[in-house]
Amino acid sequence: MTPGLRDFVLETPSGDEPAQDPLPAALAALSQAFTVTPEAGAPGARRRTWLDTFDWRLYRAGLMLEFEQARRGGRLLLSRADGTPQAEQPVTGWPPRRPALDLPPGPVRDRIMVLIRPRALLPIVRAASTVSVARLLNADGKTVARLVAEHITVTSVATGATAELPLRLAIAEVRGYPGQARRASALLVGVPGVSHASQSVFTAALTALGRHPADYTSGVDAEITASMPASVAVARLLLRLLDTLEQNVDGVLRDIDTEFLHDLRVAVRRTRSAIKLLGGVLPADLAEHYKTEFKWLGDLTTPTRDLDVHLLGFGAMTAQLVAATPADLEPFRAFLVRRRAREVRRLAAALRGPRFRAITDDWRKELLEIRDAGAPGKRRRQPTAAELARSSTEHAFRRIAAHGAAITQDSPPESLHDLRKRAKELRYLLEFFASLHDPVAYRKVVGDLKSLQDCLGEFQDSQVQREEIHALADAMLAERAAPAATLLAMGEIAAKLTLSQTEARADFARRFARFAGPAGRERIHVLLEGRP
Amino acid sequence: MKIFATYNIKGGVGKTTAAVNLAYLSAADGFQTLLWDLDPQGAASFLFRIKPRVKGGGKALIRGTRTLDDAIKGTDFDHLDLIPADFTYRNMDLLLGGANGKPTRKLAQLLRPLAAEYDHVFLDCPPSISLVSENVMHAADVLVVPLIPTTLSVRTLDQLTEFVAGFTGRRPEVRAFFSMVDRRKKLHQEITRDLSAERPGVAATAIPSLSLIERMSVERAPVAAFAPNSQAARAYRALWSEISKDT
Repeated sequence: MTPGLRDFVLETPSGDEPAQDPLPAALAALSQAFTVTPEAGAPGARRRTWLDTFDWRLYRAGLMLEFEQARRGGRLLLSRADGTPQAEQPVTGWPPRRPALDLPPGPVRDRIMVLIRPRALLPIVRAASTVSVARLLNADGKTVARLVAEHITVTSVATGATAELPLRLAIAEVRGYPGQARRASALLVGVPGVSHASQSVFTAALTALGRHPADYTSGVDAEITASMPASVAVARLLLRLLDTLEQNVDGVLRDIDTEFLHDLRVAVRRTRSAIKLLGGVLPADLAEHYKTEFKWLGDLTTPTRDLDVHLLGFGAMTAQLVAATPADLEPFRAFLVRRRAREVRRLAAALRGPRFRAITDDWRKELLEIRDAGAPGKRRRQPTAAELARSSTEHAFRRIAAHGAAITQDSPPESLHDLRKRAKELRYLLEFFASLHDPVAYRKVVGDLKSLQDCLGEFQDSQVQREEIHALADAMLAERAAPAATLLAMGEIAAKLTLSQTEARADFARRFARFAGPAGRERIHVLLEGRP
Repeated sequence: MKIFATYNIKGGVGKTTAAVNLAYLSAADGFQTLLWDLDPQGAASFLFRIKPRVKGGGKALIRGTRTLDDAIKGTDFDHLDLIPADFTYRNMDLLLGGANGKPTRKLAQLLRPLAAEYDHVFLDCPPSISLVSENVMHAADVLVVPLIPTTLSVRTLDQLTEFVAGFTGRRPEVRAFFSMVDRRKKLHQEITRDLSAERPGVAATAIPSLSLIERMSVERAPVAAFAPNSQAARAYRALWSEISKDT
């Protein structure tokens, strides 16, 4: 078949009743206008794998990535959700069965790396098809279109579940004969049981396998209503965070990419903030116990994440060097990689251990009980979710306003670090109850807060990273893994970080004034009271 | 993109059967291949069951109101496309003469945009000495010249070689082969044997005169497609192997 053809894809509808094989009827319909003759040779086999990141970055960008196996190697096809081809590249020796952090050079790689980095591509669905082709001949016996029938069995890579898709028919156009392909397509549409395919094979496979595209998000989207008892809302929130945490454990254990740990840590931090800020509606001993447990879990993940941050930013870091060269920093990178491998092993051992299992299992049980119990007895009236959202958000905002206002040029760095924590808590509260707020008012408040957080983050991260570089330099010296050129280059990086911190400090007053000044207060008021 | 043109001033010497079979074999080797049937008789188009008609005719193609890309038809074979003949091609000399730019380079210019898509292009030329054939010679990298084993046709080859040698700049390579060879005729045997050995540029493979090759017009397909194990198919395969290896 000449490549680069326009396909008209059709499929049988799926329903409760077993549909009759529409192929004979389709062939009969086509025989009205064409001589239909089978393509010589046995039916062909086709093997495909669809890939995406764990958080569906390609799907969210409206793209699909398919690997089609060939006798030797294969090819990667990037298309839009509607099937429009975007890029294609042959690949050899590239295994689509394993997570891939990178791709061989080519147009597909050029197009997607900016979207997916630093996430790995994971195989999501595999499809094995038997393909039979019939030629549609005109009165001269010339092939003017082809009917391609594909029996497809799909497998979910995550669960191993398989499903048969309804037979898919396609009219493949022969170059120079678009009218004949349209004619064949029109004949097929009139056949009972055959209709235009509403989904791509990938989407149909996901549906058949019970998976929903974009079924993972690191965001907090618990189902909360304004009138819900606060304890139920908080339990739902915490259960959603626990889901996210657990969804990422496997990726951390297999060390697939750095973002599994990142998302796991965010879920832990959010959980800790929720317990601290909203735990008042939970049984006191429960909140107290899990406060300790989640702190342990958060601390456990910190060393690996810190090393990830250094390694992820390594390219940008070396690009900043003026006096030193990137090669000078290579021993530092090698040291970070070695140290990270050690930390990952330590982390994985703890995540496989009894304490972590107890946290997740018992915490879920407790939260489910609270969620299903509904409102407590009438003895003590419990606030609603909306009341809790309002009081906690207002309180958090006031704390930031007061704390920030007290910061002067002479304040120690710790006061800004502390303010960053409070700002993060407010951000979490806003996210927890986002569904209860007016979206426009919400976006305005979050916008201001984000700007302040970025500044505070830059200030603290620069300091933390600089201190870490000093500590790592000491460790390298102790291990005799530190050439002088490397230490000098690390010194240059530390100096750049000091500069970034100074710049962030200088910008603080302006950003804080925007967030907590009269206009900012007004925006919070509109958010919480629903009117100016 | 490499352009092969089957050319001979005489008709009925096996140009079209060679163009059709060599293009088919090129495609079978996995090369994206295009055959342009320039002969208004449309024999190559007929053999691929494609109507000898181009919308707007030769005029539209030469004047560029319709691109070659628009005129391309897929054949029944993988990797092989065809630009059909059109009866208006009989006036192509006039059209080329009236075209903008150098009239002898027009076909080369029209083919240039197809370089990204095709590895090999075959031009099946009408038998004549004309502006069309001169265009073909300027466009081609290889002139594939079928020769009937007679003294006169050998003379024709000499004339053609001389003519091409007079080109300024780029010159096509001339590759001749003996066609319609009747093994029973002593003269055919002698000329085929002697010239293949003596003359550089004459292929060692000769295409015999076989009824199966004539049958192509009944089967309407390349002989290598409908009788792949036949002597005729083997001969064309050997010829393609020689031409594609050496050029």
